[in-house]
Amino acid sequence: MRELTYREAIREALREEMKRDPKVFLMGEEIAEYGGSYKVTLGLVDEFGHERVRNTPLAEASIAGAALGAALVGMRPVAEIMYIDFSFIAADQIINQIAKLRYMTGGMVKVPVVIRTQGGGGVAAGPHHSQSLEAIYAHIPGLFVVMPSNAYDAKGLLKSSIREDNPVMFIEHKKLYGEACEVPEEEYLIPLGKGEIKRPGKDITVVAYSRCVLRALNAAQDLAKEGIELEVVDPRTLKPLDEDIILSSVQKTGKAMVVYEACRTGGFGAEIAAIISEKAFDYLDAPIKRVAALDSPVPFNPKMEDYVLPNEDNIKAAARELMGK
Amino acid sequence: MPEMDAAKLKEIYATMVRIRFFEERAITEYRKGLPGFIHPSIGQEAIPAGVCAFLREDDYIITTHRGHGDIIAKGARLDRMMAELFAKETGYCRGKGGSMHIADVERNILGATGIVGDGIPIAAGVGLGCKMQNLDRVVVAFFGDGATNSGAFHEGVGLAAIWSLPVLFVCENNQFQQSTPMRDYTRLTDLADRAKAYGIPGITVDGNDAIAVAEVARESIEKCRKGEGPILVVGNTYRTVGHHMGDPGTSYRSKEEVEEWKKKDPIDRLRRQLLENKIATEAEIEEIHNATLRELDEAVKFAQESPEPKVEEALEDIYA
Repeated sequence: MRELTYREAIREALREEMKRDPKVFLMGEEIAEYGGSYKVTLGLVDEFGHERVRNTPLAEASIAGAALGAALVGMRPVAEIMYIDFSFIAADQIINQIAKLRYMTGGMVKVPVVIRTQGGGGVAAGPHHSQSLEAIYAHIPGLFVVMPSNAYDAKGLLKSSIREDNPVMFIEHKKLYGEACEVPEEEYLIPLGKGEIKRPGKDITVVAYSRCVLRALNAAQDLAKEGIELEVVDPRTLKPLDEDIILSSVQKTGKAMVVYEACRTGGFGAEIAAIISEKAFDYLDAPIKRVAALDSPVPFNPKMEDYVLPNEDNIKAAARELMGK
Repeated sequence: MPEMDAAKLKEIYATMVRIRFFEERAITEYRKGLPGFIHPSIGQEAIPAGVCAFLREDDYIITTHRGHGDIIAKGARLDRMMAELFAKETGYCRGKGGSMHIADVERNILGATGIVGDGIPIAAGVGLGCKMQNLDRVVVAFFGDGATNSGAFHEGVGLAAIWSLPVLFVCENNQFQQSTPMRDYTRLTDLADRAKAYGIPGITVDGNDAIAVAEVARESIEKCRKGEGPILVVGNTYRTVGHHMGDPGTSYRSKEEVEEWKKKDPIDRLRRQLLENKIATEAEIEEIHNATLRELDEAVKFAQESPEPKVEEALEDIYA
């Protein structure tokens, strides 16, 4: 089967959905000829024109607000916020308007808005271009939060997000854009709210999403040589969360670790840990481990950045501890 | 009197009366113990009545926390509005929005926001959606003068301007940002000057002169419809009551100032014009008043007799 990078798979999802439905259009900063900061939308303007691939001013509140307005009158906008760090400028529109309008009108309107953005560290981009802020959006009722960890998932989840009648925060990871995997030519969708076991294992359930899935898979490979078998569970969407896949894995392994790239305190992994503790406590034979970033902004210095962000060694150390080794 | 047919002038008058009487009745009902609070627009009615007089049914509006007037002017039902104020199941938002969030999608009233300025970029998006689908429609964003300092105003008007969207930005300038007077929050004396920053027309109008507002609106709406939008219209007016139910509106302005503005009441003014120009008779005016009062009695009865929503409905309309 052919392989596509995460970047190419997202672009293909956009292209296919734009071809399928003339109401789908893109808006965001530098997304036309320039192709977006990470070149995800490169070439789409040639195919669909400036009417449907719209460069906007550097004004994120208007990007999100206008996406909502267009959705209210029948369009299906996919708005790009270049870095999730910039989403705070749009956050009022996202949180107070986009997430709530259907609710506060008693269900009178539909809000088919996708906000595509990307986060995460690993490229020495410093404190304003490296954050992992998914917990903020997952905290808001009404928003779907999708965080794909590979190209195949990214394509299927983005297509489903564009067809969803409710708002979706589609959060990509900048370090995944170049990662490739098999992506079939034929069309497929991945439903929102369905996780996947990325590697089966009997000893420890490791719940990870976005780039942390890769870290967990790398760690699992190394640990297998030591006789420790990780089961890597990727929820793929944080809202709604596939609790069943997480809980049934914990019931099998009796040990749980949550890995996330956001700061440890208040991160979405803390919510996952709380759910496991509430609903699978009787199956646990050790405390749940959290492997996350240190509670720090993401520093520029690459060595400092590596020090702050969670890595394979942290996962392996936590696993050995859980196994009493 | 400018050229405008008698029926249209009477319609504008009736709209103002509906807004005024609705809010006065709402205040009475609040004093009897409705939950929450409302932001009345008493004194400002000429702007929504004048602007909406020349909107088509399929045109859109978006408004604010002080939006009863705009919503009524666009044709919303008083009984369902009142039921929303009563937090009832039959309210426009089934009791989940309240006074600050009334919408009526059938009448293209796309909602009201409690965050000052937020409707402005949304309206730009509605205009974009209309333009992209070749819909021959105009959207009006109503907002107060306080909103003109928000980033959302700057971003939203800017976006509508670069894309030439069919949006009429209507600033209902009551000259106070809640309690802070204009001189304390801007160096401008004419808020329409802000239009220059976006390269679009900015028009100032006496917001207590319903006919003047309607004339400006008619022309501006048609321009927007022809692709000459967006346009900023600033109607200068005055809220003769407090910011909300808990504010008597006396600590930040003099009684004399309020009394001066009451003398410029837009409803009294249009009534005089209608009578002096023999467009309407005293009897017709009285019938407009009485019909509105009857409608409001019905609306309050409807609201009182409507069921409360089930508390479990709090979890409906949430999909993630």
